[in-house]
Amino acid sequence: MSTNSLDPRTSPAFPILAKAALKDAELRTNVHHATNVIQAKRARVVDEMPDWQALREAGRQIREHTLQHLDVYLEQFEANCTRAGGIVHWAKDAAEARSIVIALIKATGVDEVIKIKSMTTEEISLNEALEQQGIHPYETDLAELIIQLGNDRPSHIVVPALHKNRHQIREIFRREMNLPDLGDRPEDLADAARVFLREKFLRIQTGVSGANFLIAETGGVCIVESEGNGRMCLTLPETLITVAGIDKILPRFEDLEVMLQLLPRSATGERMNPYNSLWTGVHPGDGPKTFHVILMDNARTEILADQESRQTLYCIRCAACLNACPVYKQTGGHAYGSVYAGPIGAILTPQLQQMQHAKSLPYASSLCGACYEVCPVKINIPEVLIHLRNKVVQENTAGFTGAFDLEALAMKTIGAIFLDERRFRAAQRLGRMGESLLPRKQDWITWMPGLLGGWTQARDLHMMPKETFRDWWEKRDKNAL
Amino acid sequence: MCCGSPARTIVADPLYYLEIESLLNFPRSPGGSALRVSLFITCYNDTLFPGTGQAVVRVLERLGHTVDFPPGQTCCGQMHYNTGYQAEAYPLLRRFVDQFQHAEAVVIPSTSCVGMMRDHYPKMALHTGDFQLQAAVADLLPKVYEFSEFLTNRLGLEDVGAFYPHRVTYHASCHGLRAINLGDGPMRLLQHVRGIELVELPNLEQCCGFGGTFAIKNADVSTAMLAEKTAAILSTHAEVCTACDNSCLMHLQGALHRQQTGVKTLHLAEVLAGDLEPAR
Repeated sequence: MSTNSLDPRTSPAFPILAKAALKDAELRTNVHHATNVIQAKRARVVDEMPDWQALREAGRQIREHTLQHLDVYLEQFEANCTRAGGIVHWAKDAAEARSIVIALIKATGVDEVIKIKSMTTEEISLNEALEQQGIHPYETDLAELIIQLGNDRPSHIVVPALHKNRHQIREIFRREMNLPDLGDRPEDLADAARVFLREKFLRIQTGVSGANFLIAETGGVCIVESEGNGRMCLTLPETLITVAGIDKILPRFEDLEVMLQLLPRSATGERMNPYNSLWTGVHPGDGPKTFHVILMDNARTEILADQESRQTLYCIRCAACLNACPVYKQTGGHAYGSVYAGPIGAILTPQLQQMQHAKSLPYASSLCGACYEVCPVKINIPEVLIHLRNKVVQENTAGFTGAFDLEALAMKTIGAIFLDERRFRAAQRLGRMGESLLPRKQDWITWMPGLLGGWTQARDLHMMPKETFRDWWEKRDKNAL
Repeated sequence: MCCGSPARTIVADPLYYLEIESLLNFPRSPGGSALRVSLFITCYNDTLFPGTGQAVVRVLERLGHTVDFPPGQTCCGQMHYNTGYQAEAYPLLRRFVDQFQHAEAVVIPSTSCVGMMRDHYPKMALHTGDFQLQAAVADLLPKVYEFSEFLTNRLGLEDVGAFYPHRVTYHASCHGLRAINLGDGPMRLLQHVRGIELVELPNLEQCCGFGGTFAIKNADVSTAMLAEKTAAILSTHAEVCTACDNSCLMHLQGALHRQQTGVKTLHLAEVLAGDLEPAR
């Protein structure tokens, strides 16, 4: 499985992965189709809401307030969850979170767990860690099951197998479930998954989940989903282990009124999720006997400390920005080299990983603003992208080698030219001389060197006109006298 | 007629002559008071698209206003700021304020440069800790208009006395659509152009894939986005694709020329500058 790993520390840069994805016609068709369908559904159910903009603003303010007082609300959650019979653990990073989960599972003495779809456990590569310890995790969300059986990786935050079509899914099920005669109608595939999963639900006594929201006021946890498989994982096992980022807190139960309107409409284009599960601690004779919740930091406090990019943590993982993004639509999620793809992945991943190989992600956007427009909690993603680009530039230009960074040298030179209109005019004249050296057809440049070659690989460039606007203006001024 | 308009035979149409009639009687006065408009041409229009600046001057003067060109102007700093070179953008903010702070109104024929100013200048000024600069930016920004916005919002015009007998489609640049919310302003201006055959562009809200340095840093993805946009343009059978931003148009033009489609791109100002009188 490690060969497919979406590890931003080792993945190639976005342009390289994107180039490979662009060559996969089937993948692009699948991604285009799925994102267009979800986007249209979302638009329909958002347009019917007269107060959508007010709801977005309310969502933004709830998230902003919560994160400003995160310390208070986390402790409140801990106290209330504990009082209700839950056991709260704290993990400062991914490694600590993994070892807590592993220790808890080992304490129950089992070597199999059922899992509900969770981005947080993907973020910390929990499945790989469990398998290394001889514990087999069964993904029970239909899409996650497809991903797991296909030895694949999620490419979308809400619809992890969005890059697969049903013919490809049938092939995976045929092979992995040993069903040579399986059809490829949606009901055939759902039937096969049902038979496969029901046995796991009934047999396996330990469940692992993520969380959509943690309610500080009650100590409760909320998970929304479409299939009901999550509900099975949350209610059938003896032991339930929930891994949640510390950013998932909401202060009050009634804040769900806002969030449970924003989230399903933005995520799947539904007015309400088919399954909304809410539980608080444990209750004798009803649901799991033991409930653990692991509150994980994993760089979230560092993001919180950065005033410019703190809004990244407002995210409620609806993935509306992925469906709206013209870049994601072309490449799908794997090109981002991270479990968090699309615009939100482009700002979240570099911050979770302290940049490292994720330096190309803040540039994986044309800054078109479609993500900001659909974000239910009004995260200004383009603004954060620009802020992170500045951090990348600062890293690239630091130290001795930084002084020779070609892009930086060019940008600084152009910056200096713009400081004086005489220099600018001289540069314009120099540009006209320079471009006459390039290969061209009549007035069109057909090839440019180095980085600029990216332009001419599919586009011509018209040569500079003989006269700039300011030349024309000066002449006109003189003639008028 | 200005720069590079494709030739087209005009079919006799009774409405056409009525339109010409209305154009001949078009008032050559500003309606209200004449303004002194300061033009910020932007670095790339100055260098690559002088025809756009000339068209802006022609339209504004035709409406009875005077145009002023502060000679010390260079660039708004957008490329530096958006690529991560914020330090280089700050002096350009100061330069813009120095050059334009006494202007009655500033007109800029570029949605992305206006977007840069509205989205980032106040925050940048705040970061400098310079109260005078903050006050100057707060004072200046409400007087800054994108060209089409100046016509529709400041002057309250939809008919600017233009004549442009061609089949035209309009590309709503992302910054025009989302950063400065031009809405249907440019379309209303185009609808009042005489002789024009206006065709709607499918998937109007989709980015063309330019994105400044994005087109170079992520050339392959940019090209894939561009291919969808040029396909949409070709599906309209327009002779000309217009927009309020030459950066998108340069991108589209590059591909439309490479593919030998014969479709031209032209800034909205150059469409609106079209009239019955010869250019000076």
